[in-house]
Amino acid sequence: MHTRAEIGYDSKIEGDIVHTRLDAAINWFRKYSMWPMPMGLACCAIELMAAGASRFDIARFGAEVMRFSPRQSDVMIVAGTVTYKMALAVRRIYDQMAEPKWVIAMGACASTGGMYRSYAVLQGVDRILPVDVYVAGCPPRPEALLDAFIKLQEKVSREPVQ
Amino acid sequence: MTPLEFALQLKGRFPEAFSEPVEFRGECTLKLADAERIAEICGFARKDMGFDYLVDISSVDNYGDDPRFTIVYHLYTHAQRCHLRIKTDVAEQKAELPTVIDVWRTADWHEREIYDMMGIRFRGHPDLRRILMWEGYPYFPLRKDFPLAGKSSDVPEVAFTNTTPMMGGPFVTIAGGKDSIAREPRVRIPESDSISMTGRVERREDIKDAHGKAFGPGPIEKKP
Repeated sequence: MHTRAEIGYDSKIEGDIVHTRLDAAINWFRKYSMWPMPMGLACCAIELMAAGASRFDIARFGAEVMRFSPRQSDVMIVAGTVTYKMALAVRRIYDQMAEPKWVIAMGACASTGGMYRSYAVLQGVDRILPVDVYVAGCPPRPEALLDAFIKLQEKVSREPVQ
Repeated sequence: MTPLEFALQLKGRFPEAFSEPVEFRGECTLKLADAERIAEICGFARKDMGFDYLVDISSVDNYGDDPRFTIVYHLYTHAQRCHLRIKTDVAEQKAELPTVIDVWRTADWHEREIYDMMGIRFRGHPDLRRILMWEGYPYFPLRKDFPLAGKSSDVPEVAFTNTTPMMGGPFVTIAGGKDSIAREPRVRIPESDSISMTGRVERREDIKDAHGKAFGPGPIEKKP
């Protein structure tokens, strides 16, 4: 039996023992159980709901448990237009999330302000949060969000555990 | 009763307060000379004339004129199914008038919005805070002398704003095309979006084919 390199396991030789690195094991736990904080602010949130529903099914990546409490969530999905007034709340909720935490900027508005070039709109949520993955689209299709999730999982599996 | 009859009834009660009612396409507007009397007049309109619904309060910035601001009250009576509009002017130095929150409770948020966007204060309002912008924001963005891009501000430990870039990016309509279709963002090639750097705009040729007519995008500049 040949498995992935990060968890080298051969039951014939090793029995019930798995050899791996601590980093790889912890990151493996983390990346298949990333509970999202759905920061739905505009129409992108509709696509986020579609990604969570049966047709696209974000549960395939272990992220189906949308937590509306920041204290129980790992990845904040900023889906929609971030106004300056809402930016205060977004930042506060992010601060309340427990480490380790990640951020996906979903759609043009969350990434850059999008078409809203105005005094009221924050020109990209990366002005206040460290964004890990940007998703293009207005709004992005659910597949694009799932792709962002896979990219984030790859990123998580590369991170050293402190 | 028609809107004009309501307007004349109101003017008959306060003859010196109003100018002549103006009727346009079945809608009637009364101009109140002294903004300080707005609460008293609205109270009469509600209690004695049956205008039980305040549809909206809006404000106009007549920038450069004096008085600078106009406040517009839209009244409606459900019993008679009739609208009435009352306008009144407020000078920039004063920028204050009485609240009508004791007449219609819905005036609460309307007046807060006007305070937030125009900086006009409503005397007697119980909770005159900003409603759309964050608390502590130093400007009034719907005034005519405020730029669309906004102004930079920074309230330490609270929030900040930056001036928004108005040029470049994939969503901005650009000048130069001969018609509105040629100026739209979708005629540009997304990956070559470098207007701010080169001044050149690349346009998609297939959009023109999609229309199949002469009104496609304007002259197409090719890269050398």
